[in-house]
Amino acid sequence: MNKNISLAFYKCKKEKRPALLTYTVAGDNSKIKSLEILKSISKYTDICEIGFAHNTPIADGGQIQTSTHRALKNGTKIKDVFQIVKKFKKFINSKPVILMGYYNIICQYGENKFINSCKNSGVDGLIVVDLPYPENKYFAKKCRKRRISFIQLIAPTTSDNRMKKIIKDSHNMIYYISMLSTTGGKLKVSTKEILKNYYKIKKINKSKNLVIGFGITLETISALKKTDGLVVGSALCKEISKSLSNGQNPVTNVSRMVKKLKNKIL
Amino acid sequence: MKIKKNVPLIDQHNKFGFWGEKFGGSFIPETLKKPVEDLTILFQKLRKDKNFIRERDYYFKNWVGAPTPFIKLENLTRHLGGAQIWAKVVSEANGGAHKIYNATVHCLIAKKAGKKYIVGDTGAGYAGKMLSMAAKKFGLKCKIFMGAKDIKRQKPNCDAMKKNGAEIVPVYTGSQTLIDAVSECMRYWVSNCDTTHMCVGSTVGPNIFVKICGWSTSQISRELAVQIKKEFGSVPKKLKLFNCVGGGSSSFGFWNEFMHYDKKQVEFIGVEAGGPKNSKKHAAPLTENSKIGVLHGAMQYVVQDAEGQIEETESISAGLDYSGVSPLHCFLKDTKRARYTSATDEEALSAYKLVSSLESISPSLEPSHAFAEAIKIAPNFRKNTIFCVNSCGDSYKDKDIIKSRLGKYIR
Repeated sequence: MNKNISLAFYKCKKEKRPALLTYTVAGDNSKIKSLEILKSISKYTDICEIGFAHNTPIADGGQIQTSTHRALKNGTKIKDVFQIVKKFKKFINSKPVILMGYYNIICQYGENKFINSCKNSGVDGLIVVDLPYPENKYFAKKCRKRRISFIQLIAPTTSDNRMKKIIKDSHNMIYYISMLSTTGGKLKVSTKEILKNYYKIKKINKSKNLVIGFGITLETISALKKTDGLVVGSALCKEISKSLSNGQNPVTNVSRMVKKLKNKIL
Repeated sequence: MKIKKNVPLIDQHNKFGFWGEKFGGSFIPETLKKPVEDLTILFQKLRKDKNFIRERDYYFKNWVGAPTPFIKLENLTRHLGGAQIWAKVVSEANGGAHKIYNATVHCLIAKKAGKKYIVGDTGAGYAGKMLSMAAKKFGLKCKIFMGAKDIKRQKPNCDAMKKNGAEIVPVYTGSQTLIDAVSECMRYWVSNCDTTHMCVGSTVGPNIFVKICGWSTSQISRELAVQIKKEFGSVPKKLKLFNCVGGGSSSFGFWNEFMHYDKKQVEFIGVEAGGPKNSKKHAAPLTENSKIGVLHGAMQYVVQDAEGQIEETESISAGLDYSGVSPLHCFLKDTKRARYTSATDEEALSAYKLVSSLESISPSLEPSHAFAEAIKIAPNFRKNTIFCVNSCGDSYKDKDIIKSRLGKYIR
């Protein structure tokens, strides 16, 4: 099991607050800038999710698609993603890194080679959006062997029986998708409803760190602060887009937003 | 890798949905697992349900218009002086193409599932047009996702969709063609899977959609098998079935009933879109030996770069302009049951011109690719060899493109 991820959650629990997880795309809006963003948000965030771009994403909404598109357009390759992670992890204030993306990129790179590169660059966890349970069992095992957390997802549509199986085979972190939506959708269920599902999952195994993602913004985050962790992605991607169109530095703007998010959950 | 006898090809996958252990599967986000599972269970139940089959056959016969004609192309045969050339005129089906079978079945399933909304993707606009027709017929609200580029080049079908009361959602991402339409449609379903049924327009996508579509279009070869036996007394000793292959729904449906014949007797020839003559771009992943990868929830041969980014394709025919291809065709290629080749835009245009000027039928640019290959090799055969081409679309929808390329539209 990956220690860095467990430790990050442990620290937050001691501070009686949820972990803040941020999602940005490697190479957005450039390789250098995306690294700078990671370094500057590191002060406030607890775990960095880093997206590796795929041009045919079937579960991402407009904001992340735009970020992905920018990353690909400026020539970000998978080897650059690992470089960015490596450089970030050398940084003194770095945080645990979870790579997130689609299976075809891993498949073309080679599963074993991909896990090796993760290990060598310091990746702590992996989320593969389109490799669901139980198809992901074999790959998840390979990750576990190398102490990389494979993060299972649970959705509002996941049946109780399936949920139990997923949790049983999960590593130290589970990701609950708050609603039926692609990333970046407007929160269309009440936070009460989300929390109800959250506790249902939590009840099955209390020891797993359960984070909630999709629809989390400055407006919605504080209502969910009694949880293990919260993921903000599209709001940050949107902030990068906004900064660029206003001719402002995305690094300072994203950093400011992450600081605000953090303050909301303290 | 081998094809099993006595088991329908659509069922020859393992428990994870892979044909030949490597093509297909269901690479989907967790949110879609449940709706896909529900659909899988429902479809398994329905296809064994005699009442459902009766209902399907009723609509196929009385609404779609089964069987579509099987005719000899006398003039073309004489002109080429080789093999006998026949056509299965699937474009005579209600709506003008084979897409009506899949659309009808999906609407029937949506009704059984208690869904009020149906969404679908479309490239050439046929899948969208047929889904809008079927949705209207069965009282479902319909949304069609279509690339902005395709909306421009397939106006007649767009007009038809609107007339049927469907909403066309233009897709501006990526290459603005079928591939982006499918992605966007899947994203929409992720967000609305509780109320909405999704129809994937071809034998592509997660396993269950490949199966439903293949099961539906197989109507074509069921009819053909009867028509051939009636015409020739039995299946001829040398029969070649030509079909264009984009996603692969018409070709699979055209071949399915003949799957168990030896390929020396019944050969399957799939013709992909080779793109413009002088372009490196194409939409022929099988012919060009593209690598295996994941696209739209399934493992398949797909046009992609070394990193796994899906590459843009290029073809004059919107219906074939797709980077991937059905896992069923990948399976048929690797088991060598079918042979795949490609025809260029120019070859397809000349084939369209030749067939339309000699015969009473006028194939759209998609089947014109299949005709191109048949025309090319027919002179090498004698008249005891029977060529049958699936004319799965009518040229009317392509009249603007044809006019701009050839100066005039003939039919």
